Amino acid sequence: MNDFLLFAALPYAALLVFFLVTIQRYRQRKFTYSALSSQFLENKVHFWGSVPFHYGILAVLFLHFLFIVMPKTILAWNAAPLRLWALEATGLAFAVLALTGLVNTIMRRWTFAKARRTSNAGDWILYALLLVQVLTGIGIAIFNGWGSAWFATSASPWLWSLFTFQPDVSYVAGLPLMVKLHALNAFLLVGVFPFTRLVHILVVPNPYLWRKTQVVLWARPRTQAGKGG
Amino acid sequence: MDVRSQIATLFHLDKCIGCHTCSIACKNIWTDRPGTEYMWWNNVETKPGTGYPTQWEDQDAYKGGWKVENGDLELRSTSKAKLVPNIFHNPAMPSMDDYYEPWTYKYDELFNAPEGDDQPTAIPVSMITGQQINIEAGPNFDDDLGGSKVYAANDVNLRELDPMLRAQMLEIERLAFFYLPRICNHCLNPGCVAACPSGALYKRGEDGIVLLNQERCRAWRACIAACPYKKTYYNWSTGKSEKCILCFPRLETGQAPACFHSCVGRIRYLGNVLYDADRIKDAALKTDLELVDAQRDLILDPNDPAVIAGARASGVPEAVIESAQKSPVWRFVKEWKMALPLHVEFRTFPMLFYVPPLLPVMSVARGGVVTSDVDAMFADIEKARAPISYLGKLFAAGNDGKVRYALRKQMAVRLWRRHVTVGDISLEEATRALREAECTPEQADAIFKLTALASIDERVVVPPMQREMAIEMLEDPHEHRAGTGFGTRTPPMRV
Repeated sequence: MNDFLLFAALPYAALLVFFLVTIQRYRQRKFTYSALSSQFLENKVHFWGSVPFHYGILAVLFLHFLFIVMPKTILAWNAAPLRLWALEATGLAFAVLALTGLVNTIMRRWTFAKARRTSNAGDWILYALLLVQVLTGIGIAIFNGWGSAWFATSASPWLWSLFTFQPDVSYVAGLPLMVKLHALNAFLLVGVFPFTRLVHILVVPNPYLWRKTQVVLWARPRTQAGKGG
Repeated sequence: MDVRSQIATLFHLDKCIGCHTCSIACKNIWTDRPGTEYMWWNNVETKPGTGYPTQWEDQDAYKGGWKVENGDLELRSTSKAKLVPNIFHNPAMPSMDDYYEPWTYKYDELFNAPEGDDQPTAIPVSMITGQQINIEAGPNFDDDLGGSKVYAANDVNLRELDPMLRAQMLEIERLAFFYLPRICNHCLNPGCVAACPSGALYKRGEDGIVLLNQERCRAWRACIAACPYKKTYYNWSTGKSEKCILCFPRLETGQAPACFHSCVGRIRYLGNVLYDADRIKDAALKTDLELVDAQRDLILDPNDPAVIAGARASGVPEAVIESAQKSPVWRFVKEWKMALPLHVEFRTFPMLFYVPPLLPVMSVARGGVVTSDVDAMFADIEKARAPISYLGKLFAAGNDGKVRYALRKQMAVRLWRRHVTVGDISLEEATRALREAECTPEQADAIFKLTALASIDERVVVPPMQREMAIEMLEDPHEHRAGTGFGTRTPPMRV
């Protein structure tokens, strides 16, 4: 029963909050969608926090994504021990990169008075959750090795059971505590996502890549503007 | 030909007294909110000096503006390829230390201090952290410090100057300085707009004002790095960039922008010009020495029938064309060629022009005695206190001839008016000066009038502006009488 609360009810609640609040926030408080960068207030240590964290976490998230959508392919890849080793080592390296960046970011926010001034309670909660997430992730990689192998028979089906609205918590019931914590904390992050600066992920500027260099906006269509005169 | 109207501005530096009234007018209206304390959408610098932010003109360090690379235009700071690596940490992003940390004083301590032997003092505190700070820089700490070893000597424009001239500019007996007020240039080829990953920055088609949509800004900070004039600012409190809006709410109601309205020296002129948007890129690819002319060529003669026809075809309303014909900026920039853009080599085509300052030598100190060293009324412009090659770096991308032409014309007008009003300069001398400056007596009188006598209505000619739904200013309202405004035609609900 407890497992059901934590690994089925809570994820759904988190996802519901995620969708409702991000949409409501985008429609009604669009102004608050910002990365809230503090690079302007301190731009030396910023590099050693933001850059490794982002590259590290993006790579790790990408690997998680692969494991979820194509567990069989991952298992086939892992058939050769050397390839399993390489995959595990790559994941761990990026996780350590993310941790380094995160620790630098938190230290920077705390030690530089100007950066601390612009941090609110939401930022600190977010940092705490991210730190737990990255630390448990690294812990799993080290102490509960070969996650890329057992992921396919536990976490991946569990997540699929959630996505297909047939929640089956039996997949995660027997997992070690650290893995459970990692999974639980992930959904906590999903739940707090819309209330924090994490929303900047949803507005990454991909249109920039396709748009024309200069942006000129007309108050009304140009052809109409000339008609009356 | 794609004819568009642009609100262009002009500052007559020969008239600027450096009083900062413009800055205060702007600050009181727009930037007295948390996060904007350090911003001066309008600031006044002393030249030679380091400016605000410190040494902003050094694009090797700040990476602002455009460069020509393999026959194409590229931003120095960013590109589509650099979007991903720059977005987590922008290496060209200046920090608050490049500007200054805003502060206030604990004034209440003056009143609440216990009685004692010493005068109570108000300690300075940071307006960001609230903690006591040691004030190291302000927005105008180079004010009036021409010749200073700290400020003037570190002027970026002095680096490539002839060492003799540089030494002369720092000599205490010969030092010279003038003021350089700066606002957003509302460029024709803005770097900030081109760099914004979110597309939050845009240029208004009807009047060319460059604005930043606060709803779309996501704090990627690319505009701050890309603007070579450092006239987009990051609000650290809201996580949004902000910039000079040319007081568009005032312009739309026919009023001069606050900095123009408050200008004590009446140095500021505003009026729209017509330009050909199709030719911007070709013009921006020209070599440094050709850029002043290339930019001037973009601006079209509003009295030329072909231009008027082109403007009509491009949808420029009649009233806007008429306004362009009365533009004082047009006269200074194109008709008289007396006004020049600031640092045109950044290739953004700034639409703020400057009449360079005339700093004639009237007398010199020799052996402790100040004597008049000039045989004529004013010394030759070549001997002016601010060397032409220095002004050339600022206003002509090193093409000193453009500055020389502008100064010579100013000087000729002075001589001509001296001849007319006082008479101690002969007609022959005055007309010779005019001839050398390619100026007729009628032109000289017009220049004098617009420089010295013009009322605010002549200095600031606000074109009819396209406010949303305010069509009556531009067009015949009868044409639109069935419309309910913007885009839709919904009839009113009546039962």
